Amino acid sequence: MTTVTAGIGGVAEPAEPAGVTVSPAPRHGLRTRKRKEALLAYGLLLPALVLFGAFSFYPFFRNFKLMLYETPPVPGLPAHYVGLHQIGQTLTSTQFTQSLVTTLIFVVLVIPISLILGLALAVAAHRKLKGMAIYRMIFSSTVVSSVAVASVVFGTLLNPVVGLLPWLGINPNPPALESTTWALPAVAVITIWQFLGLAFIIMLAGLQSVPDELLEAARIDGANAWTRFWRMTVPLLSPTIFFAVIVSTIYAMQAFGAIDILIGPMNAVRLHTNVLIYNIVNTNSPALGNNTGQAAVMATVLFLITLGMTLLQMRFLERRVSYAR
Amino acid sequence: MPAEGTAGTTENTGTFVVTDLQPPDETSPPEPPAPEAQTAAGVPVPPRRPRRKLRTLGSYAMLTAFAIIILFPIYVTIVNSLLPPDQLVRQPPPLFPTNPQWGHYATAWTSGSMSKYMATSAVMTAIIVVGQLVTSILAAYAFAFLHFPFKRTLFVVCLATLMIPLEVTFITNLDTVTSLHWFNSYEGLSIPFLATGFGIFLMRQAFLQIPRDLQEAAQLDGYGHLRFMTRVAVPLARPSLAALAVFSFLGAWNQYLWPLVSTGGSTPLYTVQLGLKQLLGTQVSQIPVALAGAVIAFVPLVILLLIFQKQLVRSLTAGAVK
Repeated sequence: MTTVTAGIGGVAEPAEPAGVTVSPAPRHGLRTRKRKEALLAYGLLLPALVLFGAFSFYPFFRNFKLMLYETPPVPGLPAHYVGLHQIGQTLTSTQFTQSLVTTLIFVVLVIPISLILGLALAVAAHRKLKGMAIYRMIFSSTVVSSVAVASVVFGTLLNPVVGLLPWLGINPNPPALESTTWALPAVAVITIWQFLGLAFIIMLAGLQSVPDELLEAARIDGANAWTRFWRMTVPLLSPTIFFAVIVSTIYAMQAFGAIDILIGPMNAVRLHTNVLIYNIVNTNSPALGNNTGQAAVMATVLFLITLGMTLLQMRFLERRVSYAR
Repeated sequence: MPAEGTAGTTENTGTFVVTDLQPPDETSPPEPPAPEAQTAAGVPVPPRRPRRKLRTLGSYAMLTAFAIIILFPIYVTIVNSLLPPDQLVRQPPPLFPTNPQWGHYATAWTSGSMSKYMATSAVMTAIIVVGQLVTSILAAYAFAFLHFPFKRTLFVVCLATLMIPLEVTFITNLDTVTSLHWFNSYEGLSIPFLATGFGIFLMRQAFLQIPRDLQEAAQLDGYGHLRFMTRVAVPLARPSLAALAVFSFLGAWNQYLWPLVSTGGSTPLYTVQLGLKQLLGTQVSQIPVALAGAVIAFVPLVILLLIFQKQLVRSLTAGAVK
């Protein structure tokens, strides 16, 4: 009994000497027990591993194969092998490069604004005041908003006929969601509003991990609030900010629901809102692009960008994960 | 050892946020009198108090302004959802529905099919949440309490799934689901998401915090692994379990890409998110109904936020603070 637990804990138990004097028969028992334990472990892991295999790893590896096969324009015909030809063709196509540029502009529009706003909210909500719980609840509320709800809400706010905009005298022609200039920023506003809750939660958690004594010491030394914020809080917060940048980048690169709902596949290219993820979905769609091979190539590009970001994030996560034991 | 320490950190971020929600300034009565006593001692404090009050007032003003800006879109949505279509285009826009049209909600619910969409989303979400909890508990238990070959490798394999995004897997998963005749079905909507690397990670962290002595004591009492798991480990890990449940609920309910590509045909099994897209027509007269639909779709999530804010914050910041 004790030998087993010592094996799990990896720590020498006080009762260990009793285990050392074990006779051959219990040792044999120990071996079967170990085998039983391993079998149990594999049994417990089986559901997760089967699902991961079928719906994560198999599609992941098959994606590389798909890149080498071209789908004929007529649905139903078998795909044929074209080798690396399709990869080069897709990567140099204007649709892909435009879509990549659109994605980059979109990310640049979303991230700085949402993170600065998130930090501002967190700083405002960091003070200890009566009723702060309610403010914190409101500030984090958009974290639960779905893209469809946000799209319907903002789609109406931006509607050229309904109430607000015409009353304010803002009457762009064509309307924001039909303009090549304003469609992407409009979608960015929706994404920022949606991401704000998470940005706030992350920043507040970061602020709360900054030791108060340090700031108090700086205050006593005569540093004003401005100096304390820029010279102490922000540097101490840098790991959190870094984490937030990565999370928001990945988030922004996967955002396309608002584009699908408010702009649609037919107008996405024309209005310069055809972000990479939307381009992939439409290229793969049997009704629209019907080109699985090209979609696979673009998906790989998006994956590599996300992977770079995720690896950076994992380095932070890793500090919290111990492989020992 | 280090695992214990890091797990402790996770624990802290969760509880920290929540315990902080009660500002100690007000809740601990012995504290405020203390500065007062110093004031009486003759230190030149008097000018400080009104200034402090002013600052507090300023803080409230700023916080309220922020809150109004954030809630404004939602407020306008609720108001507009209750307006008759002719008032919707009036200038200036009514800031309060004088003649609320509750019928828009009934229309959205029945002829707008929101009831059907909500039911679909509820079933799909329930399957995904339960599935993720079960697979995560089982796998995490193995990683936390059992000894077996290739443990480290398999754990890395589970975490690696976090790096494979949906935009890569959906193409093949769509083929898989179609060949299994799961296209446009609850199986197709939910089964690809029944396991999650994040859940396994979170539950393993929770299990590692359970004292080893407890396991030894349970073993001496004749508890096998399965009994220890269901009677001791899972109940003790309830906070993390709740955090995971809230996190998967949010993820499943708000899914967009997968339901979009994996449903369709003559009787599409649309979730709430796709249903809202259907509801958002082009005519102005349809707008209040679509907005009513959006409010309906938002309600479960507001309830989730109100009840489980603590768990939500806990799961969302699981990887955030160093």
